[in-house]
Amino acid sequence: MAYTKRLDKRKFDEPREMEAKVGIIPRADGSAMFRMGNTIAYAAVYGPRSMFPRFLQDPQRGTLRCHYNMMPFSSGGERVRPGPSRRSREISMITEKALLPVIDLSHFPNAVVDVFVELPQTDSGTRCAGITAAAMALADAGIVMKDLVSSISVGSIDGQVLVDLTYDEEAYEGVVADIPVAYLPGSEKLTLLQMDGIVAKDILKKAIELGKKTCKDIYELQKNALKEKFKIKGDSK
Amino acid sequence: MSKLLIKDKEITVPGEVLAEGMDYLPGIGTYREGQTIRASRIGLVNIDGRAIKLIPLAGRYEPKRGDTIIGFIKEIIMSGWLIDLDSPYHAMLSLKDAGSEYIAKGADLTKYYTFGDYVVCKITQVTTQKLVDVTMKGPGLRKLYGGRIIKINTHKVPRVIGKKGSMVSMVKQATGSKVIVGQNGTTWVQNDDPKMELLTVKTIEKIAEESHISGLTDRIKKFLEKETGKKVETKVEGE
Repeated sequence: MAYTKRLDKRKFDEPREMEAKVGIIPRADGSAMFRMGNTIAYAAVYGPRSMFPRFLQDPQRGTLRCHYNMMPFSSGGERVRPGPSRRSREISMITEKALLPVIDLSHFPNAVVDVFVELPQTDSGTRCAGITAAAMALADAGIVMKDLVSSISVGSIDGQVLVDLTYDEEAYEGVVADIPVAYLPGSEKLTLLQMDGIVAKDILKKAIELGKKTCKDIYELQKNALKEKFKIKGDSK
Repeated sequence: MSKLLIKDKEITVPGEVLAEGMDYLPGIGTYREGQTIRASRIGLVNIDGRAIKLIPLAGRYEPKRGDTIIGFIKEIIMSGWLIDLDSPYHAMLSLKDAGSEYIAKGADLTKYYTFGDYVVCKITQVTTQKLVDVTMKGPGLRKLYGGRIIKINTHKVPRVIGKKGSMVSMVKQATGSKVIVGQNGTTWVQNDDPKMELLTVKTIEKIAEESHISGLTDRIKKFLEKETGKKVETKVEGE
């Protein structure tokens, strides 16, 4: 049976309702929140600061260290076991690799920039929300970056290309593919491409194009959120 | 034909296209990619003829030679003191740079500067590996007694000091406080009247927070006049 209508009545190329905020954690050097539907990601950036343990230091450039974590109560009723897991280590690593191409830490040898991504509530697309929030938080921390990074998951259900899958859609009975992409809107390059499921070549191509298009909308949201932080203070004239 | 896509004093985000074409030149905080000039950090655009540069709005302190900074003693070692600069790197204050006095090797260094002391010092050398040397020899370089330390962002320091020190001298004159602003953003404020000391802290924080909005000097002047109830005079007009 073809997938003709989405479970939450969205259009196939319509992402969930999104919200972005910058500077929400005052103690951090940079911070941001990104929400799409029921998935909420908080990112806090600390640094550049001196790196310990010392053997991890890189004398040539600064290091980016990402930490992804789903809170125990975050998923739909099932408790997430706290602490590092195979999955969270993987996502920490891909977050780091998605962000590393844009950031320039050559002025900070032996130092580290720590990025903490926390998810208090999840409904799929957590790595994408995490990367989007982390990019904003890094910019807010004043890190030198070539570009921002926007991220969204695309996919297909029974041959139908769609964007921003929810958990129910990922668990749909049928041929499902879930493809998270991270995109640099300025230089138009991908920094993350993963896939879970089965997909045909032409559908994959269509899906990626849809992902790029949605990422451009997310970029506008990120841009406005960053500019908003400094505008608010301007009103207190 | 070259085109400018952004106005002067606008806020930029990383990757934002500032200008198209080869007629404009990328300055600090920007880079060229193909035919475009893009921003490489969050900042305020400053267009100076053909050059476009950014004044950063956030980021941590990067030690630079010749900067006068305020740091605190975080460790004492055989050959001197290690000083925390509120930056990713610490600085080294060696025995021979510690002051006019001769300090013999093996002397009890806590007698001169001890843990948690705040000092005003000057950076003499920074290597590529960010090993920083500081000195205490020079006018105005000393240990700080009393008062309080506040931390502002290092990129706001030029605004807090103002043109030729106009802003900080206005604050000093209006409140009667002693103020030392380090290039790293660490600022020392001292006044025998605690109320005035608090007002000074409040004023400096206000300057740092609103530094990117035009008409800063006038606003701070009005604020100080309202709070102190006295007329404040400024030496240099405008910004």
